[in-house]
Amino acid sequence: MVIAIFLGFVLFVLALSFYLGARTRTSSGYYAAGGQIHWGVNGVAFAGDYLSAASFLGICGMIAVVGYDGFLYSIGYLAGWIVALFVVAEPMKRLGKYTFTDAVDSKYDSRGIKLAAAISTLVVSVCYLIPQMVGAGVLVTPLLGLAHHWGVLMVGAIVITIVATAGMASTTYVQFLKGGMLIIFSTVLVIAVCVRGFNTRPDPGGEARFYEYKSMDAVMEGNQLAVTEPGWQVLEVQENHAAKATFARLSSNGAESWWLVDGAEGPVTLRETQSVVETSDGRKLINGAPASADNQLRQVGNVETLRGQATAPAGSVSPAGLLAGMSDPETTVRRWKDTKLTDASGSHVTVYYSTLTPGNRLMRPGLKFKVEGTPLEKFDFVSLMLALFLGTAALPHILIRYYTVPNPAAARKSTIVAIAGIGFFYILTLFMGLGATMNGVLNPADSNMAAPLLARSFGQFLFAVISAIAFATVLGTVSGLIVAASGAVAHDFFDRYLNLQMSDQQKIRAGKISAFVVGAMAIVLGIVFKGVNVTFLVGLAFAVAASANLPAILMLLFWKPTTARGITASIFVGIASSLALILLSPDLYKLYGLDPTTAPVPFSNPGIVSIPLSFITLIVVSLLTRKATPEPDEVEAAA
Amino acid sequence: MLHEPASTGGHDPAAAYKMRLGVWMFVFYCLFYASFVFVNLASPLSMEMIVFAGLNLATVFGFALIVVALIQALVYDWLCRAQEARFADQSDEGGQS
Repeated sequence: MVIAIFLGFVLFVLALSFYLGARTRTSSGYYAAGGQIHWGVNGVAFAGDYLSAASFLGICGMIAVVGYDGFLYSIGYLAGWIVALFVVAEPMKRLGKYTFTDAVDSKYDSRGIKLAAAISTLVVSVCYLIPQMVGAGVLVTPLLGLAHHWGVLMVGAIVITIVATAGMASTTYVQFLKGGMLIIFSTVLVIAVCVRGFNTRPDPGGEARFYEYKSMDAVMEGNQLAVTEPGWQVLEVQENHAAKATFARLSSNGAESWWLVDGAEGPVTLRETQSVVETSDGRKLINGAPASADNQLRQVGNVETLRGQATAPAGSVSPAGLLAGMSDPETTVRRWKDTKLTDASGSHVTVYYSTLTPGNRLMRPGLKFKVEGTPLEKFDFVSLMLALFLGTAALPHILIRYYTVPNPAAARKSTIVAIAGIGFFYILTLFMGLGATMNGVLNPADSNMAAPLLARSFGQFLFAVISAIAFATVLGTVSGLIVAASGAVAHDFFDRYLNLQMSDQQKIRAGKISAFVVGAMAIVLGIVFKGVNVTFLVGLAFAVAASANLPAILMLLFWKPTTARGITASIFVGIASSLALILLSPDLYKLYGLDPTTAPVPFSNPGIVSIPLSFITLIVVSLLTRKATPEPDEVEAAA
Repeated sequence: MLHEPASTGGHDPAAAYKMRLGVWMFVFYCLFYASFVFVNLASPLSMEMIVFAGLNLATVFGFALIVVALIQALVYDWLCRAQEARFADQSDEGGQS
């Protein structure tokens, strides 16, 4: 049934694309759906475009793992729409035709702006594409039993087909359907979570028995560990600096396992963990036994005590009651972390270990973003919130949606519909994320699957529908991104920057070829970035967009001395500075497998540096070039 | 060769009003959002404070940021439509006289 629903949805989307593709004959139809989409449809399509894998998979996963800190993304992503509505929507509609480049270049006709804006669109779209493709790979493994790279390839192929057949028209209707279904079925999932209520020994809908993790007494003297319980042998003890914890490898009846040493000296407690060991001869062991379809990491996540009590299934709870229960200081939640080790025989080990977190700590910022930490950690938090706030209105695939409606008033109204739909969905993310935390459905190796696995605990039908929607989520957003990127290459670069004088049919063909090339790039990147939380990656794409595009848009609208060279310089500086700061940041050093403390840039979110830098560049260059050369519009005005 | 805009709506006499209104509403929301970030940094423990119905300040503040965005959006649309209608009426009267 799961596969039937999933394939049925994909076939429907493809049929729709071919139908609309047969009616797309002009470049306006291909790039902007003819500018005739109704504002209500466009508003829901906005939601479908914007609520990407990062929102559905990534935010829910992050809330499930780090609590309220994941919800910060929901707040920031929604707040960004205020910038879009109040400052950008109508002027962008008035100024542009098909792309972001058209709008920023509308007053200048500058080759520099055309090139810079096309590059910026391409870079931001590719940065945003990576997490979507990672999300696609994540989805197909539990759904179809395929490897990550097959999922990425499948999405890539379908999306290229959608975009190459009908461009913005098919993309709009895919996004509309997906946006509507995502909101409806997420609501169903949240109602199901509330109806099930709290249970401190969850059994994912009867799918698996609740697993009690063992603990044992031991004595630690120096680096020597002695287990009190008979039958256990200590093989090695390792202090892990990254986790700030000590782990012991034990053996019992020939089976090896890793334990967290709770305590430093004298009597200590050993707590059972989960582990994945990759031996030097290529074998993979999960929890001490060879990996197989039946031996995978156990799903985790539960409320250990609710208001100080262990509780059996206690029946339904109201949405406010659920949040109140989770926020109580007497509530404790078992959260899982991971760290990497190399054991004495040279095998690479990933240990998944749990800690108990009080509810009041889980339900406020601080577990991921260290708001109580050093000034640098606080700086990083402010930087993230700034980039989320300013990034939305600078995303090229969002901006091009303003060209699909007939007039500026329709652009405004569709933005309001989008805010209503997106805002409601983001409130739901808190319930879905916490639902995954308390229902024992988390895959400790990949937080991205929290929402679909939560749905699976309510039965195969909901799992199939939610997975199909999640897949459609990826399709909708990736389609929008590829339309934006292909527009940047074919329309902005070939047609306008190189001035190739293409016919309407040639413009469409160039767009389709560009869609194919960008789609192929996205497939490769989606495979390379496997396993990284998709919301984290999208947060970085927001920072690049806010740094490269927003200063140009705002200053063009509100600061008369702005010049073409100022805009060009600010876009290039915004791209270069944000990308450089990201690539040299501690989080990326972790991805490279390097020690994050050696990263040259001490913070992970670049926005607070790169956004002001881009603004300053625009102001300084505009002031310098304004004196030297009058702008084309001034020349025209004088003529 | 300037690139032609997509809009076919012609001159919008309410554009200046809408832009001014948008900027003020943006500034208001900015201050609200900044206060959320500030409280998190200056007094993170206060976000644990229970405000009502067992909900803490972090949850209430977060939901408020989402709900206020929608309320502001609706108010903005209402004011914009009123202004557009006013200019449309004036234009009709001008045309009839």
